Amino acid sequence: MSHGQQTHHDMSSNTLFGFWIYLMTDVVMFATFFATYAVLQNNTFGGPTAKELFDVPLALGQTLVLLFSSFCCGVAMTFAPKQQVRKMAVWFGLTFVLGALFLTMQMHECRRLFEMGQTWQNNAFLSSYFSLVGIHGLHIVAGLLLLIVFWIQFLRWGFTEKILTRLTCLKMYWHFLYLIWIFTFAIVYLIGVR
Amino acid sequence: MHSSIEYGSFKSYVIGLILSIALTFAAYFLFAERLLEGWALDFSIGALAIIQAVAQLILFLSLFREPKPRWNLIIFLFMVLVLLIVVIGTLWIMANLRYNLAAA
Repeated sequence: MSHGQQTHHDMSSNTLFGFWIYLMTDVVMFATFFATYAVLQNNTFGGPTAKELFDVPLALGQTLVLLFSSFCCGVAMTFAPKQQVRKMAVWFGLTFVLGALFLTMQMHECRRLFEMGQTWQNNAFLSSYFSLVGIHGLHIVAGLLLLIVFWIQFLRWGFTEKILTRLTCLKMYWHFLYLIWIFTFAIVYLIGVR
Repeated sequence: MHSSIEYGSFKSYVIGLILSIALTFAAYFLFAERLLEGWALDFSIGALAIIQAVAQLILFLSLFREPKPRWNLIIFLFMVLVLLIVVIGTLWIMANLRYNLAAA
């Protein structure tokens, strides 16, 4: 392998490794929110508990929607080596639509709680709940925006190493957000409500 | 071309999807049908979530499948160590605080 190829190879693998480290630090951040929620989940200050508030079937629906979105994102990238742009467009399109649907369901749940007068100002339980779910929602918003930006860049510059590296980072990010949601569903909804 | 980017295979994505759906529904039915109670239920739901997370790491994120040296795996394991210290430490300290305050 010549020196030139070596540098070329290292650029994308360094970026992907750096992005992996970022994801790992983001997990630690989410872990602190989960720990906070676990400690404060019973401090309702006389208000309703998780059991009385949360809509578990809706959360199950959200889980499946985000899982399919994550799946579509991964499948889209499997068409990159053969440069099948149309298939990539369809699967990334599905990723975006399902991600947006997840966000809509999340906002619907939020609005339902607000209309019942249950906001993050009421008690420590709701503060920790809205922090955890809200931070996850913000990550989803960032992911959807990046998907649009990287797709426009991809259409403009095509199958270059740089753009494919960015799309691969985005794919890892999207899988990672579903990974966090598995634990949100299990800890906040299933264990919290049982 | 693109030697260092891992694109994954369609097959592993389909296996990952089916496993994840099965594990999600298993956890949901344990919860909804009240097949277990108390700590046993919490523990089972937690275990199913961890199994699904490992399946996702292997099949969607290609962890454990990279060539040596496995830097991604090393960073991941260090993150797990930090995560356990943060989470278990927090729960331990706060439970202890609650116990002592209740006694006083």
